[in-house]
Amino acid sequence: MTLINVADNHWVTITGYAGGKGLEGKLRQHGVFPGDRARIVRRAPLGGPLLVEVDGREIVLGRGIAEKILVEP
Amino acid sequence: MRFALIGRPNCGKSTLFNQVAGYKAETGNFHGTTVSFTESKVRVAGEVVQVVDLPGTYTLEGANPAEAEAGRYLSSQDVDLIINVADASHLAQSLELTLELLDLNRPVLLALNMVDEASRMGITIDGDGLARELGVPVLPLVASKGRGVRGLFLKSLEVARQALQARPAPDVVLDAQARHSRAAQLVKQYSRRGPRIFTLRDQLDSVLLHPLWGYAGLLLILLVFFQGVYGLGSALEAPLLDFFDDLNATLLAPLGTGFFYQLAHGVLQGISAGVAIVLPYLLPFLLGLGIMEDVGYLPRVAFLMDALMHRIGLHGKAIVPFILGYGCNVPAVMSTRTLEEPRDRFLAAALATLVPCAARLAVVFGLVAFYLGPVAALGLYIFNLLVIALTGRLLSRMLPEDTPGIILEMPPYRIPTLNAVFAKAWFRMREFVVEAWPMLIVGSGVLAALTYFRLEGWINALALPVTWVLGLPPETGLPLIFGVLRKELSLIMLGQALGSMDFGAVMSANQMFTFAVFVVFYVPCLATLMVLRRELGAKGMLIIAGLTVVIAMTAALAARFLLLLFGL
Repeated sequence: MTLINVADNHWVTITGYAGGKGLEGKLRQHGVFPGDRARIVRRAPLGGPLLVEVDGREIVLGRGIAEKILVEP
Repeated sequence: MRFALIGRPNCGKSTLFNQVAGYKAETGNFHGTTVSFTESKVRVAGEVVQVVDLPGTYTLEGANPAEAEAGRYLSSQDVDLIINVADASHLAQSLELTLELLDLNRPVLLALNMVDEASRMGITIDGDGLARELGVPVLPLVASKGRGVRGLFLKSLEVARQALQARPAPDVVLDAQARHSRAAQLVKQYSRRGPRIFTLRDQLDSVLLHPLWGYAGLLLILLVFFQGVYGLGSALEAPLLDFFDDLNATLLAPLGTGFFYQLAHGVLQGISAGVAIVLPYLLPFLLGLGIMEDVGYLPRVAFLMDALMHRIGLHGKAIVPFILGYGCNVPAVMSTRTLEEPRDRFLAAALATLVPCAARLAVVFGLVAFYLGPVAALGLYIFNLLVIALTGRLLSRMLPEDTPGIILEMPPYRIPTLNAVFAKAWFRMREFVVEAWPMLIVGSGVLAALTYFRLEGWINALALPVTWVLGLPPETGLPLIFGVLRKELSLIMLGQALGSMDFGAVMSANQMFTFAVFVVFYVPCLATLMVLRRELGAKGMLIIAGLTVVIAMTAALAARFLLLLFGL
């Protein structure tokens, strides 16, 4: 399952990334690591990004990125 | 002695810097790169210390130029002490950078900033325990209120004077994943999380990021913002212009009417245009922007606008250069450096130069709004947005997107401090004063000399291909070419060239609108060109300059024939 499929306000655990090294590095820089707990706080309309809470802070993630974050409940 | 301030973006590092630096700070540049840092002399207990404010960074192995610079600075310059500013309300993320800094083998001091915000979130941190564990001094701080600043610098001096003490080895962690778990472990060990105190600020996002109210709010905020800027600007402009007119008359009286009179007149015009036309708009604009920035609203705008920005091939983060562009294209182009991908930086810079800045606003207002009415001016702005969107679509088709999308930290809302907002506005203002103003003055001087030697005919002939196609009077060639020096100059010069400031009498409605459209789009002013060269290189600058001429010709022609269709 990827983060994009998770219903809003449901907590999940990040298990890994389905993207290349570049994406992995960028997410790590912003403190999104496998093992972190995350939930979708809200979605922007018109296919806009997601507001995700990870580790007690909020991060805006484009849908293309959320599609590449592997999660499990 | 030199102290370097480093921390994640939005940790209050610059707030701390401005607390100690005041307005005395100076901006410098790294060799061979474009990212600027700020440095200031600070007096601590009788000793003068250089304090450097490095760009906000998540890691020393950063991806964007601003981050890479911070890492390079710390390893190359002789820094006597690294002051690591951490956000106490998000300690785990901040400690990841701290762990990385410990590896540099330089004295480090950890400042836990925003402890007030942390306690509002129910977080208490055992600073002494953390200090023992990491082997570096840890001090609490509320930089925005100035609490703990003095103590921090006194301690810094003490630490910097001592020899570097051996630190416990296990904290040198090289892998990002390992640092992440180590930081989480440290937080678990040395901080406690009590019940969170909910405030109004926590509810704000449910309105301001709402799928409907969020956009209504954005529109309202931008409306109030621009209305405020123009209201304040026009109130300041008139008395300033009067003042300069009087001053010019007094100063120029003894010079007679010869060449030197013309030259001095031109130079003075350049000086006064900078002070009386551009600055009254730029200062309120930068103050307003600083407030929106410090409140934390800009990332919200990025969140709301991301979907729309994708249509023009960019993502939400690139909205900032666009908003800035309405004030001045120079800071707009500079702000593109926060984007990670070179392709995004080029695209954002190219599109931001098409945004009508305050100087072009003078032309739009002086010509279109004044003679054709405010509706026509609004129409021109909407037309401008359409052209930008179309250009963005075309360009992004040529430069395929290679990034999957936006990653952006959403900071909590904060109450801005006056000190920080003014300091930031002042720094940005100086970019204008240093980069653009000298060009205004030199340009006006050259122009005056040209007019004195009656060389305008040649220049008009040179511009004939453009003016003829657009159906403009041939005399408009000179104002158009010299508009590259400064855009609002083309309006003043238009009056000189046509021999009348009553444009309605010497130009048709179609001509005035077409002229304004061309001025809005073609080659950004010289100062912007220089910044483009610095940020993107000479090639990028030339491509963008060429592109704007093509766009200006196409847009002006389209405007001309559209108006003809409507019988204008």
